[in-house]
Amino acid sequence: MSSMKEEEREKIAFTVNGVSYELEIGDQFNQVAPSHTLAHTLRETLGLTGTKVGCDQGACGSCTVIMDGDPVLSCMMLTVECHGRRITTIDGLQDRRTGELDPIQQAFIDNTAFQCGFCTPGMIMAAKSLLDKNPTPDEQDVKEALAGHYCRCISHYHVVDAVLEAAKKGR
Amino acid sequence: MSEDYRFIGKRTPRKDALEIVTGKATYIGDIKKSGLLYGKVLRSPYPHARIKNIDTAKAEALPGVAAVLTYKNVPDWRTGMPRHVPVLDRKVRFVGDAAAIVAAETAEIATEALDLIDVGYEQLPPVYDVEEAMEPDAPQLHDDFPGNLVRGFPAFGPKTLSEVVVGDVEKGFDEADVIAEGTYGYENIPNPLPIEPPGVIARWEDEHRLTVWSGTQSASWHRFIMQSKMGFPDIRAIDTQCGGSFGSKNYAPLPLFYAAALAKVTGRPVKVCFTKEEHFGAFVLRLGSRFRGKIGIKKDGTVTAVSGVWFVDTGAFSDMAQAQVAVGCGEAQLMLRCPNWDFRTRLVCTNRSASGVVRGFGGQELESALSPILTMAMEKASLDPVQFFKKNYVKPGEGYIWRDGNYWVSRGRDYSEAMDSGARAFGWEEKWKGWLKPTAINGARRTGVGVNVHGNADVGEDKSEAYVRLNPDATATIHVSISESGMGQRSSLCKMAAEVLQLPLARINVTPADTMVNPFDFGLVGSRGTYAVGSAVIKAAEDARQKLFELAAPKLEAAPEDLETRDGSIHVKGRPEAGISWSKATGIMQTCMGFGRFEPDYSVPNFLIQFVEVEVDTETGRVDLRRVLSATDVGQIIDPLSLEGQLHGALGSAGIDTALFEESILDRTTGHMLNINMIDYKWRTFLDLPQFENVILETPLPTHRFKAIGVGEIATSPGPGAILMAVSNALGERVSEYPLTPDRILRALGKMGGRKRG
Repeated sequence: MSSMKEEEREKIAFTVNGVSYELEIGDQFNQVAPSHTLAHTLRETLGLTGTKVGCDQGACGSCTVIMDGDPVLSCMMLTVECHGRRITTIDGLQDRRTGELDPIQQAFIDNTAFQCGFCTPGMIMAAKSLLDKNPTPDEQDVKEALAGHYCRCISHYHVVDAVLEAAKKGR
Repeated sequence: MSEDYRFIGKRTPRKDALEIVTGKATYIGDIKKSGLLYGKVLRSPYPHARIKNIDTAKAEALPGVAAVLTYKNVPDWRTGMPRHVPVLDRKVRFVGDAAAIVAAETAEIATEALDLIDVGYEQLPPVYDVEEAMEPDAPQLHDDFPGNLVRGFPAFGPKTLSEVVVGDVEKGFDEADVIAEGTYGYENIPNPLPIEPPGVIARWEDEHRLTVWSGTQSASWHRFIMQSKMGFPDIRAIDTQCGGSFGSKNYAPLPLFYAAALAKVTGRPVKVCFTKEEHFGAFVLRLGSRFRGKIGIKKDGTVTAVSGVWFVDTGAFSDMAQAQVAVGCGEAQLMLRCPNWDFRTRLVCTNRSASGVVRGFGGQELESALSPILTMAMEKASLDPVQFFKKNYVKPGEGYIWRDGNYWVSRGRDYSEAMDSGARAFGWEEKWKGWLKPTAINGARRTGVGVNVHGNADVGEDKSEAYVRLNPDATATIHVSISESGMGQRSSLCKMAAEVLQLPLARINVTPADTMVNPFDFGLVGSRGTYAVGSAVIKAAEDARQKLFELAAPKLEAAPEDLETRDGSIHVKGRPEAGISWSKATGIMQTCMGFGRFEPDYSVPNFLIQFVEVEVDTETGRVDLRRVLSATDVGQIIDPLSLEGQLHGALGSAGIDTALFEESILDRTTGHMLNINMIDYKWRTFLDLPQFENVILETPLPTHRFKAIGVGEIATSPGPGAILMAVSNALGERVSEYPLTPDRILRALGKMGGRKRG
């Protein structure tokens, strides 16, 4: 199918939610094109559709995933830049075997900290990263960590409650 | 005051909460179909032009392209109201209007193909101003609409409201102690901008049967409305989870047209998901609204006359604008009790992206333009606005001409107590210092307060039908065409059914929003979910329960009316220890199906009063919203957190912030929108949140089984007018332009020269 020679191919390896992936770089189906964003690869190539794309311009925060501990906008990262990285997405927060939720997920449920729910995966990943780094955030810390996240329904007040409650329970 | 229910009013998790927090909730962008093609749209760079020639050969030759369609070869379907918008036209009427559509194996190939289409345009003069468009020599957008005036189509029947002409306004103005007049606009055409762009997948099952998946708000519209626009195919409409709508994705006629047309010619399913730029520049904006008129009132706050013309700018075409004009005319009467009206309307097309359905639905647009005149009259009469609203908001026994042109008498509530409770909680009496008087001055910073009200009598609009099926395993299934776009209504319907059936929430589920498996429902508009949809579901649950009791009665040797059920067991009232299971009553090979229908009722207006406090920096012109307090009476809370979320929504979806910073900036030299991305279009972040309080009264309302009324939609509506009042009071100067960006504040203070911007 491909006219490309085998030796010209490069590969890119990273882990997503603890699973190792090795993807070929190229322009064929199931390959990673140099133009593909991480959001595209997660959703379209790996089928991990929990990560949402709202603007695809790095402005709404909905595509946030955690990369080596930091929240990043997956629509602004090229997949080819992610070699050797460790990525966590919303699809991987719940314990697969026990079904146990991450405390931040439970807090979002308990506070109905969403309306349409489209921004929620990004918000949860940003909040998770915050709590991992700072287990005792105050209200201002939470607002700063989430300042880049757009929610048009205005669930902000319940989201702040949820993150502070998760922090309190984690203490 | 609230009755002690087991589920109603209790804080319970949303039924879809687990899916949402784990990323498993499925939105339109997450769905693929076997053999799926991707559709893209070639968009016009000109605001008004005729397509002289269009060459698609190069695009068609690109490997992976399945079809290219232009006005020459699209199906002859038309949307709009009346039907005047074809799938593709020989003319383009705004920057971003569609000139061609492409289907390809990937979205990337489809996008690449757009660049290979050669279009020769003959540019035509554009018109952007609502009144200039009505001039005799103005450019004409549609052959059907001479003078660019949209005519026709009875949105709500033959008497659809398009003006309010009652009493004698001359006499009314004679009786007035003060008269205020002028021309004011709410013309920043903000974007409701849900986070998720619109998307549709269309697949033809055969020549006549079309399946449509979409992330929209009201599932049935893609069947019962779109059928009539497409030659009556048998459309099965299925809703996915919807990533926000606020009216704008109530349905999606043009994305549906593009997907269905491409699917028809290719014989394959086609997905059309707009980019964010398309979402900004070619989907749904608020109506432009300008009011020229006058209002007369007496010193005691009695309104004696309202006259004038409401100019409504719908942009390139009208999609439901007539319906919004009708509801706007109705809602103005709810807030202004007045015997004399000469209120006319003009619905006009201009060369910018079209307006459509947006939360507030005509009422917010009219009220925001009316507000400066109304407050001027109150100021002249030295009236406290809270007292004025209390006096003039429609009360039980008083009437109004509603959208259908019929006179309805309110069977609802006197909301005076909600207004008083809100005013007390806000500290209105202490903060209100009189018209154009700041609440506090702190150096260059001045604080001001404002207030406004809004109400709607559409909470019982249109029809809803539901089935409730009781299964032998003591679970229940609600069959209803209700999607989830953020209101939590699918969950709240489960709570209502759970209360009737006394069945744990975990044992009740709702069918997918799919018109093939569900009876008719008009959809989640006008805050009708609680009263209209809820009442249908409650009736269906009661009907199913009755049938269950009839089956159980012989086995319990009792009459059906002597039975009750709890947690899947049926027993004679007072003898829960001697119960039988549902399966004992029905057998394991039988279900009990109940049916409920809600008939339209426009006699129960809802209500919201909103208080705001702003701080204005007179050095920089910056306005900070410090505090918002909303007060209402909902009869009975169904789900406390969902209700709070709806009320917090005042800050989003082109609501309060359209008076502060939100606007679509149209460059009137080129017709381009200048801020169609999420950096340049301003939105409120977590760091800018004001203190937000909700005062929610629960005075039981007899029209609903659980005494409730919906209120969500109108959360956005009173805000813009309240902000104008608050900033005017802070400055000691009247300001009346939307939005109150720093340049406008500094100009009002005489600190900045230059021309007023449009």
